Amino acid sequence: MNNLLVMPMALPVLAGILLIFFRNHIQVQRWTSFIIMLVNAGIGLYLLQVIQTEGILRLDFGGWEPPFGILFVADSFSILLVITTSIVAAVCLLYAFSSIGESYEKMFFYSFVNFLVAGVNGSFLTGDLFNLYVCFEIMLLASYILIVLGGKKVQLRESIKYIVINVLSSWFFLVAIAYLYGSIGTLNMAHISERIAETGQTPLLTVISMVFLTVFALKSGLLLYFWLPRSYIVPPVAVAALFGGLLTKVGIYAMIRVFTLFFYHEPSITHTIIGVMAAVTLITGSIGAVAYKDIRLIATYNVVIAVGFILVGLAVGTPEAIEGSIYYLIHDMIVKTLLFLLVGTVIALTSTSKLDEMSGLIQNYPVLGWLFFIVVFSLAGVPPLSGFIGKLLVSLGAIEAGSYVLLALALISSIFVLYSVLRILLHCFWGETMISSEDEVPLNKGRLIPCLILTGLTIGLGLGAEYLSPYVENAAYTLLNPEVYIDAVMYKD
Amino acid sequence: MKTNNVILHAVVKLVVFIILTLSVYLFLSGHHKPGGGFIGGLVLASAFVLLFIAFDIEAIRKAIPFDFKRVAALGAFISVGTGFGSLLFGENFLTQAFGYFDLPFFGTTELTTVTIFETGVALVVVGVVVTIILSIVEDV
Repeated sequence: MNNLLVMPMALPVLAGILLIFFRNHIQVQRWTSFIIMLVNAGIGLYLLQVIQTEGILRLDFGGWEPPFGILFVADSFSILLVITTSIVAAVCLLYAFSSIGESYEKMFFYSFVNFLVAGVNGSFLTGDLFNLYVCFEIMLLASYILIVLGGKKVQLRESIKYIVINVLSSWFFLVAIAYLYGSIGTLNMAHISERIAETGQTPLLTVISMVFLTVFALKSGLLLYFWLPRSYIVPPVAVAALFGGLLTKVGIYAMIRVFTLFFYHEPSITHTIIGVMAAVTLITGSIGAVAYKDIRLIATYNVVIAVGFILVGLAVGTPEAIEGSIYYLIHDMIVKTLLFLLVGTVIALTSTSKLDEMSGLIQNYPVLGWLFFIVVFSLAGVPPLSGFIGKLLVSLGAIEAGSYVLLALALISSIFVLYSVLRILLHCFWGETMISSEDEVPLNKGRLIPCLILTGLTIGLGLGAEYLSPYVENAAYTLLNPEVYIDAVMYKD
Repeated sequence: MKTNNVILHAVVKLVVFIILTLSVYLFLSGHHKPGGGFIGGLVLASAFVLLFIAFDIEAIRKAIPFDFKRVAALGAFISVGTGFGSLLFGENFLTQAFGYFDLPFFGTTELTTVTIFETGVALVVVGVVVTIILSIVEDV
């Protein structure tokens, strides 16, 4: 029992509720939310250390022991994601301070960011399948509010699409849980895993796993991403960055968890399908990323490609590949948020999102230009930056498993990623400047500092991969050996 | 056209108290039998909605001067607060406790912390339902 385990979810919930009473005190709202995120990151770092010495931690709510009660389980994988989420959310809040505008801040913006983060952290930590659904819903309800806040015409169109898709997939999620409960008779994730291992993964269970796959594919944007690119460009920059950095990652987390903990007995069926879906996602995402001239759409298609890439690791399923997926997941949360923030900043400065209509920004805003330069290389996976180690490990795993098609697609998609963001760099930042020094909109520090922090993180994550590797190895070990997880949840006091 | 609402007003004034009593009954019976904070809150909210329908919104707003969004937030705070309360006693998050106490007039009564949690739930339901109804009314 360690009550710290619930704090990454409970603190944002509490803060979100309290901030409703401080609707007009904007400074209180800003700094409470910001400090809560930092505290969560701190708790995460502490828990990560504890897990290394004491093994997987769990917290039974209300003292109800598994498999009867609902519980939170913290292994290295979930805690690594909780830490990254907290940092990314803190940076997005920092960006929001100077960019979101008072009308948003007084419409409970910070409360809902807190609820969103609570839902995300809860999804990472929960050890109960139905509770996972509830945490998904908390996250989605908050995201519905954040996507419609502002009430512009284009937001209405995209948010209707977003909400309909997500309500539908949530319903599928419930159906899948009901099927699984009907055939297995438990909702505790460790208990489900244990029972499936006992009875064997019957064809019925494999079919149920396909329903889960559909749900998480819709949520994470694996193959079924048709709703994603356009709905992620309508909210304000700070919100879009949160969405791009966090929301799809929860779907990916759930998919990795479900297909390594429950349905890992028939990889020739399930993991092959995931591999095919990932391959198609990589191809179509790459085409999307190079097809558009709207820099926001280029950024959102990059989100899609990353989803495909991370799940190549899951489909391959060797220890290296899973480690690579975890590295890449952490890297992607940071660098996609950074990409969205930079793209949003460029749009705010030039008030256009079309590639053809801007050029030479690096002469007016040199720091922004160089930050973008680093992001390009980080996204492409150039060595000292954080994308490299993930790509390397996934590729190694793919070679080891002999999945050369996936390997080729993953690497070719990297080239497309590089090309798509290089296009932004070439069109927007290089060439003759289009802004004369009189018309230059000043770039305020509030927008620049969050980008600098995230750039620092992507460099740090690349250079410090050595320090991160024991935690990632531990996370991959737990994922590949479900009995470790089951032992910690069911048989340890 | 001015319609004569005397009968509606007279009935509503009486019925509201019956509904309020029912909601309290449902709320308290929920501890061991069907009922509870959610249902009690819904019935309570229906009493408010009935008042809003029978009389005009402005008059009732003056008589019940709550911001219902804040009522919902207060309820959520109470519910989450009971979760945090268990931390003060070194128990697991959300642990609930109960005990039997000899109270004057009531005799031996079971008092539980779940009731506090349920109060929060009831307030959330009232706040949310009334806010939804009022927003819909304002839109039209």
